[in-house]
Amino acid sequence: MLQQLGHLPMGWLLIALIAVFASIAFFAGRVRAERILLSGEQSLHSRPNYHGYFVAMWALVPAVLVALAYAIGAEGISRNQLVSELPPAFDLLSDAEMKTYLDSVAQAALAREDTGTDLVFTAVTHRYLEIRGSLNIGALALMVIGALGGLIFSRRRLGTSFRARSLVERGMETVLFLCAAVAIATTVGIVTSLLYESIQFFRAVPIWDFLFGTRWNAQTEAEFGALPLFFGTFTIALIAMLVAAPIGLFSAIYLSEYAGPKARGWIKPILEILAGIPTVVYGFFALLVVAPAVRGLAIWINETLINIGLTTEPLLAAQPTSALAAGLVMGIMVIPFVSSLSDDVINAVPQTLRDGAYALGATKSETVRNVVVPAALPGIIAALLLAVSRAIGETMIVVMAAGKSARISMDPTSDLTTITVQIVSLMTGETGFDDPKTLSAFALGLVLFAVTLLFNVIALRVVQKYREKYD
Amino acid sequence: MTDPAPSTFSSPEAIKRLKRRRAADVRFRYYGMGAIVLALGALVMLALSIGSQAVSAATYHVARYDVTLDRAVIAPPGEDTPEEISRNVDGFWSLVRNNLLETFPEADLDRASRTEASEFITRLAVLPAARKVAAEPQLIGNEMTVSAPLNDDLDLYLKGQAFPERRVRVGSLSSASQQEAGLARLEGQGAFTPILSAITSLEADGADLSEGSVLLTAGSSTGRLSDLQPDAASLELLTGTLDDFRSGNATARIIALPEAQRVVSDQQIAWTLALKEMGRISREPRWSLLTNSDSTYPELAGGLAALVGSLFTMLVTALVAIPIGILAAVYLEEFAPKNRLTDFIEVNINNLAAVPSIVFGLLGAAVYLNFLGMPRSAPLVGGLVLALMTFPVVIIASRAALKAVPPSVRSGALAIGASQMQTVFHHVVPLAAPGIFTGAILGMARALGETAPLLLIGMVAFVGDVPKGPTDESTVMPVLIFTWSNNAERAWEPMTSAMIVILLAVLLLMNGLVVFLRRKYERRW
Repeated sequence: MLQQLGHLPMGWLLIALIAVFASIAFFAGRVRAERILLSGEQSLHSRPNYHGYFVAMWALVPAVLVALAYAIGAEGISRNQLVSELPPAFDLLSDAEMKTYLDSVAQAALAREDTGTDLVFTAVTHRYLEIRGSLNIGALALMVIGALGGLIFSRRRLGTSFRARSLVERGMETVLFLCAAVAIATTVGIVTSLLYESIQFFRAVPIWDFLFGTRWNAQTEAEFGALPLFFGTFTIALIAMLVAAPIGLFSAIYLSEYAGPKARGWIKPILEILAGIPTVVYGFFALLVVAPAVRGLAIWINETLINIGLTTEPLLAAQPTSALAAGLVMGIMVIPFVSSLSDDVINAVPQTLRDGAYALGATKSETVRNVVVPAALPGIIAALLLAVSRAIGETMIVVMAAGKSARISMDPTSDLTTITVQIVSLMTGETGFDDPKTLSAFALGLVLFAVTLLFNVIALRVVQKYREKYD
Repeated sequence: MTDPAPSTFSSPEAIKRLKRRRAADVRFRYYGMGAIVLALGALVMLALSIGSQAVSAATYHVARYDVTLDRAVIAPPGEDTPEEISRNVDGFWSLVRNNLLETFPEADLDRASRTEASEFITRLAVLPAARKVAAEPQLIGNEMTVSAPLNDDLDLYLKGQAFPERRVRVGSLSSASQQEAGLARLEGQGAFTPILSAITSLEADGADLSEGSVLLTAGSSTGRLSDLQPDAASLELLTGTLDDFRSGNATARIIALPEAQRVVSDQQIAWTLALKEMGRISREPRWSLLTNSDSTYPELAGGLAALVGSLFTMLVTALVAIPIGILAAVYLEEFAPKNRLTDFIEVNINNLAAVPSIVFGLLGAAVYLNFLGMPRSAPLVGGLVLALMTFPVVIIASRAALKAVPPSVRSGALAIGASQMQTVFHHVVPLAAPGIFTGAILGMARALGETAPLLLIGMVAFVGDVPKGPTDESTVMPVLIFTWSNNAERAWEPMTSAMIVILLAVLLLMNGLVVFLRRKYERRW
């Protein structure tokens, strides 16, 4: 019996129950309010619907709390209970083995494959299902009691002078606040999860070795010197900015100072398409077109240099995936980030400044170079900083086109690896959360988060300061 | 009238300087145009390179095999329930292969040839036929035409993308006579001169033909040429008969790449050309790209499972991110008191919008998978991760839309006695709805193209079945693109491009919807 209950589709059941209770409570409250109204003595403070919402609110809160508690805690509680009941022989298993075992138990229970030949496993699975079943029935009962209790309690309070609307609105405001607070929760979640795992990692690997070590071999020999990754990340970001900064800036200047409204109306949205293309598409483009082209060019340069006798050995590495290829494509990707932000700040420069420059006899380009751009400079710098932060955090292009060898090399045609590439390759294997290999991904994530945050904060500060200047 | 007094502005030096300044002005303008041309050129190059590859994957070659559905092979006693028939891939495959061996008797001579013939059709390619027969058991014992996609390498060969090949017409042959050891002697006045001149020109271009092949095809017969002279050559017949060479026009195919380095052998080319000549191979639109799930064989692979996975993931993302985002925006714009806490929330939102997506993947792996014990590779988890990433975008867009509603609307509502909550939800939010929804759609479009965070929560697993719910193991379109692009075989390149085109089409549709909504509902106050 309990075993059967263990198979209950709790997700759907809980959602359905919440919906049912909410509507029952709403109608209970509304009907009561209408009765009071019909009895005809006095008018209500709030309209009947608000009485309905009030009762529904009281029924919903306990029900949702129970559902959330079940969603977060049920698996852990049933596993702890199961482990405490297992015979002593199971104590021999390490924590990781126990987790694997429990995972397979849970999976077998879920898939109803609980009639295997391994009798112990079958017994454990059955017991697991029983525990699940009692938890399920407990959660359902708790939800019914909570929702009904809330319903009955709140329904009693209804009356002619009851300020249902104010209370509902206060409740609603709390909900709105909680939604806004999700932003804090997310940030806190990011920071704590990164810090927690990183601290564990730094217990095994000294932070100094991690930040300044020059050998990175996380997959095999467990060397965690991340300097080559930082080098790769910044080299590729630099290449990207060498492409994006001039193209983006000149595009912005052309669009805001030279192009007519019609051309602007066409070109601006087309440029913004570049920002909307998924990065995996850029990665494929880098792999399919740009990387082979870069390689071909490097080989040609090598041969030419050897032919004219400048060198005897090939100068460039000319590898199939290269920092240059990834950087070039990443540069294309960041163009719109530079151009549209710069465009905005250039447009915000007051026309009077331009007119002043023209009055002194400056040509258009002199006005742009000597007046408009310096006036917009803080905003342009902010745009460039945001673009750099984008480039550093970008993942798919480098995963597909930058390569995986951690080295410090000045040759842009050799393959370099980046922070993001290593995070992906460390986290996509089947690993537990207790070995330094996985934990190092979190340490890298922490560095990435800190650096991009720094760039963003500086950029936002610069923009704010600049805004005050002309407003 | 007197001449203007000479001034510093009209001296020859000044005029020269002015000329220089004007030239600099023109140059500057060209720099701007050049930048735009470069940016747009990159976009065009991206579109063309991926588009041209995708076009070649839009069609594929399907071969037809006329087989008799032998009950003993496909539904032997004891294994004749519809389920067993539909799973009897080996039985159907052997029927198809035997049909191929009957068509080409030389394929049945030795083990190596049989293996080469077997490569024509992947075992799993007969699955649709097996399912059809399982659904209509009355077909058993009758004739049936099984259509199955051709092996991906042969498909590429027929599309001319496998390796370079030069085709030349040869002159008319006067005689073809059988010699010793399977070799035939072909003769004709100057018949082979075109081949020899083609070879000369290829070698002049730097091609190494020493280990290449020269195949001669006439009708459905093909052979390998050797010992080439202007008037005569030896022919090793690969398939067909010598008669074809006596009567018809023959075409030579010169392939520089040595046979050992090719995935397609001369023998397989000969059979493929013969099947094509018999009209048994046709080029068809590759609907399987949308109706099949992932496979290890490019000719069978499709994106259905990833499409459905994307759909579930987006559903979860939308259900979480859009309501939370809108409500948070309403709070911040309409209710929030100006204090430290709300300032902190604002700073958080702005920063979250700029956090690299992969960090959200780490968060998902640590919190959802490790701490809460949610299933790996599930759209539920993927959707929640993307929701955290998307809701700041929704908040920012919704706030802009709410801000655009003029204060007079609020004052009006408040003046006739509405509470603040009623003002906001009865008047302000409905007026801001188009802006809010365009923001939400843009956020969803960004989430749909996101790959990196999903890699970290295990959505890279090979998924051969269409997921049935948000907790089933699944993958999404961008991740499928990434997985396919990692595959070594050449045929995956066009397949990946085709998948990209499908993804971009969906994104374009979403953006088109945004433009439409803006045009239709945008209000200026």
